[in-house]
Order: sequence, then structure tokens, then C-alpha cells
Amino acid sequence: MTDQAVDIQLENVTKRYSNTKQPAVRDFSMDIRAGEIVVFVGPSGCGKTTTMKMINRLIEPSSGTITIGGQDALSLDPDELRRRIGYAIQQAGLFPHLTVGQNIGMVPGLLGWPKPRIHARVEEMLDLVGMDPAEFRDRFPRQLSGGQQQRVGVARALAADPPVLLMDEPFGAVDPITRGNLQDELLSLQSELHKTIVFVTHDFDEAVKLGDRIAVLGPQSSILQFDTPEAILAAPADDTVAGFVGAGASLKQLTLLRVRDIELDEAETATIDEQPSVVRDRLVARNRKYALVLDSRRRPKRWVHLRDLNDGPLDTVGRPVNDLVTKQSTVQDALEAILTEGGSVPVVGTRGEYVGAVGIDTVMDTVRKLREEHENG
Amino acid sequence: MPLWTYVTARWQALLMDSYLHASAVVQATVLAALIGVGLGVAVYRSPLGSAVATALTSAILTIPSFALLGLLIPVLGLGVPPTMVALVLYALLPIVRNTVVGLNGVDRSVVDAARGIGMSRLRVLTGVELRLAWPAILAGMRVSTQLLMGIAAIAAYVKGPGLGNLIFSGLSRVGSVNAVELALVGTVGVIVIALLLDGAYVLVGRLTTSRGIRD
Repeated sequence: MTDQAVDIQLENVTKRYSNTKQPAVRDFSMDIRAGEIVVFVGPSGCGKTTTMKMINRLIEPSSGTITIGGQDALSLDPDELRRRIGYAIQQAGLFPHLTVGQNIGMVPGLLGWPKPRIHARVEEMLDLVGMDPAEFRDRFPRQLSGGQQQRVGVARALAADPPVLLMDEPFGAVDPITRGNLQDELLSLQSELHKTIVFVTHDFDEAVKLGDRIAVLGPQSSILQFDTPEAILAAPADDTVAGFVGAGASLKQLTLLRVRDIELDEAETATIDEQPSVVRDRLVARNRKYALVLDSRRRPKRWVHLRDLNDGPLDTVGRPVNDLVTKQSTVQDALEAILTEGGSVPVVGTRGEYVGAVGIDTVMDTVRKLREEHENG
Repeated sequence: MPLWTYVTARWQALLMDSYLHASAVVQATVLAALIGVGLGVAVYRSPLGSAVATALTSAILTIPSFALLGLLIPVLGLGVPPTMVALVLYALLPIVRNTVVGLNGVDRSVVDAARGIGMSRLRVLTGVELRLAWPAILAGMRVSTQLLMGIAAIAAYVKGPGLGNLIFSGLSRVGSVNAVELALVGTVGVIVIALLLDGAYVLVGRLTTSRGIRD
């Protein structure tokens, strides 16, 4: 195993406990690509955590093979194996009797790093998760908020730069706002680090947000569907998956699309110093009802209706533009703006200049197209 | 003040007896802690094992100390050996029980995380579980020490060391000069040492418990 991302293969992995008839995990096979986030999502007791814990052998498989970066995980010393796999869990599981610094430095210590290197690494990791080393290094876990504890938990998991990271509902115990922030942070960390991450959750929205691919698991860790979030939202494999995806699948889908991914409309534009009569003639000629008024730097200022165009100069008539989106905004943001703006929302570039518009029809077309694509493919 | 005169006149001997008394109790507690924590570690994962260990050690505690000491004479003779054996046996229950409770009280997620990041079984036990259970274990040792203070006095019956000798010789000569004083001095001595040791426990607790888990 090197420190670059590695792939993971599970083949016919089964876990039987002696006191139950049915195996907890039956014949689980999956290829996880290097550098991707795979989310196991499913109801409690479906075996998703058991499956994940077999990857670092906290639970020993009864049969099957697990290969990590081409190496047979079952032939390695379990403790050695785990030191090379980051592990973050719900409520962080920090050692309460050790300081934040000692917690983060634990795995490098187990790997026998020299003290100065550990010290520097702890500093680096605290920086990485957005905590000031001078302030937090010598605190104890109980002196941290839930969100901070989770950050330290992630920092500890990443401290020895493992190529693989296992995360078992790591954000399950924090409030929704903090959870959202932690998810954003994980995504931005991942865009730098490119780890192979297996993430377990029962929250489908979290899975959609984080996963490159999502495995929806049923009883005994059976794979009901394993695909990209887009594909699962557009075409759930069966009723169980559909039930798990829950209401509002189409809306969730829109969170996955950016405005840059869809075709923009051309709004009829006018500059702020144009004569209203000229604009009116243009609208009539093109059979349009609304014009978007831009200022001298082409920034959207006002919407004017055809019938407003008798009442005075363009900077006083109509109504001001309240909401704008950029090409990086999600289509869901755009839809929300459309609902506030009524009909259409201007899209602006980096300097606030007009580049196009998104209308309600475009959003509808996009949803329809997505659905068709996934039904046929 | 005949009592005071008595104390000042026999100061040296009193101090020696007090020292021997405290020393016997402390050594017995430490020995019992080694055995008791070992026993606790061996059984805490199994509910049955824990129940058996607790039942056995509480059975020991129900034997009257006078009887146990007497029964040990034919096996171990008189003096220090039967005294120490009896004291260690009596000290076991609080330590074993608190070790089991303390170890079981360690948050499972912490142990799961410790295993998950690659700490060996032994390392998890010594570096995490016992460290977190330590306040409970220490509390058990503290109870044991208090318990042994009184029992050690009875050990004079088998010619053991300590303040019990004063009490015994005083009580056996009731009616004669200084008899009551003798017994009284012995008893008060036991109480004073008990308080001193209790204070020492508070200090040891502060020095050996991480700030992260201290109340």
C-alpha cells in the first residue's frame, strides 16, 4: 500500500455470527475505485457498518476476500492494516484522557514517527480542519463542541496520511447546520487529498451530497442499487430504493446540477440609458413581454414589462432584480430564485456581468431529460 | 492527664506501631490492587465471569476477620504472614468490583476507535481502558484501605504488627492501671492514620488522573 489512493475490492464477503441463522452480511461484492467516495446507505441493522468494519477487519469476515490496493487485507496483521486505514466514527470516539494533540498524534506515534515530525504533523492536521493549533492543541476533548470533536476525529483519522478512509456516520451526532459545514469541509478536503473513502450513513441526503457513488443496501447488506447519485435519483432500481430516496427526489436531483451544466436562455436586454420607445418597439418586434435592463457595466438591474415602457426612463420603471445566480450555483438555487423572481432569473459571471438567464421551462426540460437518460441507460 | 502522660512517655513505641499499622495496610492494598485489577481485567468482558469474581470476593468479606485469622494460624503460623494474607483477601472485593465496573463503563465508541486506528489489544487495555477506569479503581482501593484499617487491628490476635497490639493488651487487662488508656490510644491512632491515608488518596488521585477526565 502506498500513500496514493488505492482501490478496494470486496469479493463474496460474508459474515456469519454463530448465534444467528441468517448471515449479517451475505455474499457482498463491490469494486471501489481509487480516490472516490462511496457511500453505504441503508436502514439501521442492514449490515452497512458490519460491511465497512470488515474492510479494516474490526470484524473478521467469515468468508470471501478483501483486496486493498492489490494486497490481500486478510493476510496482513490487523493492527498494521488499521494504521494504514483512517477511521472516523460517530461522536468522534476521541480519547477523553488525552489532549487534542495527543489524539491526533496517536497513529503517527504507533507508526514510530520521530517526535518533531509528529508535532509538525499535528499542527498541519489542525490547520487542515480549520482549527488554530495554538488554541486547541492542548485542550481536552470535553472542552470542545460537538463539531470541533468531529473535526479532531477526522484529523486523527487522516494524521498518518492513509490512502483509505472509513467513516461510520461521522456527522450523525451534530446539529444540522454544523453537519452541513462538516460535509462541505470533507468535500473540500477530498478535492485536495483524493482518498478512497467509504462512508456509512442512514441519511440519504448526506449520501447524495457526499457520494461519487452510492450503494443503497438492504437486509444482509444486499446491494439494492449501486450507482451515481444522479442515476439513483432519476431512476431508483425498485420500490425499496424509491422509498429510501424519499419524497422530493427531483428536487434533490437539482442540487446535483450546476447552472453551467444546462443551456441558458437569452433574455431580451436593454441598456439603462436607452429610450423606452426603442425598447418597446424591439420587444414588440420579437414578440417578447419582458426586458432585462443592464447598467453601463452590463450588470442586471431591473425587469421591465412591455406595458411599463410608457411611464418614464428605464432606471425608474419596472421592478428591481432581487435575485441572481452564477454558473456555479446549483439548479435548485436557480429554481428557488425563479420562484422569487417570477419566471426567470438572470445568470451573472464573475464580475457580476450578465451572461444569460434561466427560465422555469429550462428547469422542467432538464428534469425531463435527466429522467429519460437514466431510464434508457 | 494520665492519658497524655502515657502518650508522651511511650511516644517512640506508639509511632513505631502506627507506622507498622499503616505500612501493613498500604502494602496489603497495593498487593490486592495488583491481584484485583488483574482479576477484573480477566473477567470484565464476560458477565458470568464478573458475577463469579464479585460473588467470590464478597464471600470472603463475609467471613468474620477473627475467624479467618484464626483459621490461617495452622497454615501460616503467627505474625506477618497470616496478617497480610487476611488483609489482601479482605481488600479484594472493592477493588475487583470497581475494576469491573470501571472497565465496563468505558465508552465503547472510544474502544472501537482505538482498535480502529490500529492500537493492539494490550495497548487499548493499558493506554485507554485502564487509564479511563483508573478513577474507579482508585476509589475501590480507597474503600479497601479504610476497610483494612479496622481489620488490621484485629490482626494483633495472631501477633501481627500494628496498633491492634495496644488495643488487645489494653482490653485484656481491663481494671488495671492504664488499661483503658492503652485501648483508647490504639483506637484513636487507627482513626488518625485512616484520615491521613484518605487525604493521601485525594492527592494521589489528582496526580494520577488526566485533567481530561477529572471532575
